[in-house]
Order: sequence, then C-alpha cells, then structure tokens
Amino acid sequence: MIRSRAYLCLIAVLLTALAGLTGWAQKTSATFLADGLPARRQLVSVLSLTDLALWTEARYTRHPSMADLFSPFQDHPGAFDHFPAGSLMAPAGPRPETTMHIRRVAQP
Amino acid sequence: MRYLKILEYALASLLRRPGKTCAILVVYTLMIVVLASVLFLTQALKTEATTMLAGGPQLVVQKTMAGRHELIPVSAVEKLVEIPGVKAVKPRVWGYYYDALTGTNYTLQGFDTLANELSLLNGRLPREEGECAIGAGVARSRLIHLQDELILIDYDNIGRIFTVTGVFVSAADLLTQDLVVMPEGPLRQFFGMPDSLATDLAVEVYNPNEVDTIANKIKRSLPDSRPITQSELLRTYHAVFDWRGGMMLALFSSALMAFCILAWDKATGLSAGERREIGILKAVGWDTGDVLLLKLWEGLALSLLAFLSGCLIAFILVFWWGTPVLGGILRGWSVLFPALRPTPFIDFYQLGTLAFLTIIPYVASTVIPAWRAAVTDPDEVMRAS
Repeated sequence: MIRSRAYLCLIAVLLTALAGLTGWAQKTSATFLADGLPARRQLVSVLSLTDLALWTEARYTRHPSMADLFSPFQDHPGAFDHFPAGSLMAPAGPRPETTMHIRRVAQP
Repeated sequence: MRYLKILEYALASLLRRPGKTCAILVVYTLMIVVLASVLFLTQALKTEATTMLAGGPQLVVQKTMAGRHELIPVSAVEKLVEIPGVKAVKPRVWGYYYDALTGTNYTLQGFDTLANELSLLNGRLPREEGECAIGAGVARSRLIHLQDELILIDYDNIGRIFTVTGVFVSAADLLTQDLVVMPEGPLRQFFGMPDSLATDLAVEVYNPNEVDTIANKIKRSLPDSRPITQSELLRTYHAVFDWRGGMMLALFSSALMAFCILAWDKATGLSAGERREIGILKAVGWDTGDVLLLKLWEGLALSLLAFLSGCLIAFILVFWWGTPVLGGILRGWSVLFPALRPTPFIDFYQLGTLAFLTIIPYVASTVIPAWRAAVTDPDEVMRAS
C-alpha cells in the first residue's frame, strides 16, 4: 500500500498548492479591482484612451477598436494577417442565414 | 480499503510499463500546460483590458471617407450636442509617429490641460508647449528620464525639443507603453492639424442605456460618420483575446493533435498484453466491475497527476515567470511590447471546465476498451491474445 499512499499524498500536495494559488489569485485580483483599477480608470478617462498599448506595429493592431472595418484579414476573413498580432483576432464577419435579393421591376 | 488496493494494483500496473506511462504523462502534462497557459493568460488580459477600458469614452465618433478613417470637422460637435441625451462632446487629437532612430511607433495623444494630475504618472502632466509626458517604453527606447529632452520630427521635417515632465509608471505599461502625451494645442502644431479638425469625437451621454440609440441618431445626423460604442470597443478586446480562436492554439495544435491521436489509439483497442491481463484477472475471480474500476483508477491516476502538475506549471509560467513562451507569440512584431505581468483572474469554474475537457475524455478512452474486453469470456480473451 506504499505506492497508493505516496500517490495520494502527492495528489493532496499538488491539490493544496493549486487551491492555494487560486486563492492567492482571487485575493490579488480583488486587490487590483479595489486599489489598482481606479487609478488606471482615471488615466483612461483623463487621456481619453480607447485601446491597450500592446501591439504597436500597425495602426489596426495599436487601436483595434478604432481601425477601419476591413483592416485586418486583408486577403480574406479567414486568412492569417500580415502581422502576427492581427492573427490573434478571430474573424467575425457577418454570416446571414437568410438572404434577400431585391431587383428593380422591369419597365413595360 | 478495497479502492485503495485497486489503486495500488493500478499504480503497479502503470509502473510495469514505465516508458509508455512516462511518455503519456509528459505529453498529457504538456498539453495541459499549453491549454491552461493560454486560458489563464487570455482570461487575465481580457478581464484587465475590459475593466480598465470601461473608464474610457462611452462613444467615439469617427468620420469616414472612401471607406477610411478621416479627420472630423470640429463643427460636428454643435450637431451632436443638440441630440437629446448627449451630455458632452469632446474633440480628441491623437496620431502616430514613426521614430526612425529606434524603429518604433509611438502614439501621440493630446489631452485637456485642465485635467487633474495622475497617480500613475511619475512627475506631472505637461502644461505648455515644449513639454510632454511619456510611457515607460518610450523612455526605455530613447534612453531618457524625467526632465530629459525628447526630440521629435514634426510634419514639416523640423526637429522639436520637448522636456519630459512625467514618465508613466510601469504599472500603467499596458495602457501607456508607447504614449507621448502633450496638450492639444502643441500636438496640433506638431501634426500640422488645423484647429477646425480633430482625429475623432468622444461623446458622453447621460444614460449609458441610451448609447446605442444615440449612436443611431448620430449616424442619421452625420451619415459619413462611424459611431463606435464602448460595448463594441470592449467586444473587440473579447475577440482579440478569445482563447478559443487564436494563433497560440493554432501553433500548439500539433501537440493537441498528437495527444488526440494517442487518446484515439487507446480508445480503439487494447494491446495484446492488456487484453491478456484482463482475461487473467477475470479468470482468477475479478468481476467486470473490478476490472473497470482498475482501468478507471489507471486513467484517473495519470490524468490527475498530469492535470494538477500542468495547471501549476502554467500558473507559474504565466503569473510569475512572465509568460516566456506565450509572451513571445503574443508580442508579434511589436517593438515596444510591455512586460507582461497580468493580474491573475482565475476561478475554480475555469479550472473545473479545463478539468472536464481534459480528464473525462482521457479516462473514457481508457475505460471504454477495457469494458469491451471485460464483458467477453476470459478464455476467449486469453486465446485471442
């Protein structure tokens, strides 16, 4: 029974560590929301920011929410973009389930 | 006690095939590390982005011409403030600057000089012409500090000197890494932008529930405009960090495929040795339930170990080690990418979902073929093998 006891002990240790880290994560995120977030929101509000400064290589990766509608996926909606960062955005083009064709009535 | 004995036998059975067990454990753990890292990182960035950016403009109005973003006339403000429900309209002046010295792009942002001081700024906001505040990334790339001088080339190809009155602290890197902030007037002069134009308009409304209605009214009032609501803005970031559809998972899809093939291989049949083992166990008196319990324990023993170690490794990689592999993939071609120190937004629900999606399929792929072998006659099983 040595193996099973050792295994269960190992699982208990790992489980405790994971639960501890998850608890730490929840505490850290709660602290961020209470203390860190107001200062960041003030910054966003005063400078009137709309986007994260993550990808600075192109206009539409620096300001994805402000970019022209067709900017990423320049070849077709499912294509990988020229810039690697652009490929992180899931293409979400309109996919209508029904279509309606409208034609002008021919003049008699 | 019976379960403990079956677990003991299951562990002994796994250790009888150390090579195969180790290989499965390593691949399984790696797969969990990849999935958990992507989940943790994207969830953390997504939550951080959406909570922070919720403090931004409720509605941004751009002008479009020939399908592209154009500078908007400031005179449009008068039309917009007349729309019922609109509280205030503020022209925003911002743009880009390519710094040939360092090969980096900066974002130049104008602001209202009446604004309060910022707690995330080391120093003070610029107040007059010839002053600016910069992000930590700009300071690093140009090797400058507080009260140093930043030289930028304006629209007329003339070098302009700005005194750095403030440097944003690293806690604000996610928002300010590439920012050069200066008052609106000097920024207009720098870009050569006339006072009658602005980059776009930020609209503040009285009732946040009316934003969509006001956006529709703006579209009717200014047909060549594109109103972008805050919910659209936040949805963009949900899409950007959507952990299901991304290049990170695409890059690691080969590892996922390998694991799927491994699980499929296990699910479609047992080896001759495993079938013989089941036959012998049944012949010596084990019933089908015991055999299934044994196989369940074998699968669970490996899965639990792989899942817990994988999640722990992913946690350490993402939140303590600064995402060494995924960060590189996220960075793309960005020169001024901020150091990733995401706030850990993790809950037991995420972990439960990950466990359900990884442990259950593997355990099922272990138990189902064993069940097939266990329900057949032991003599037949042993002869067939």
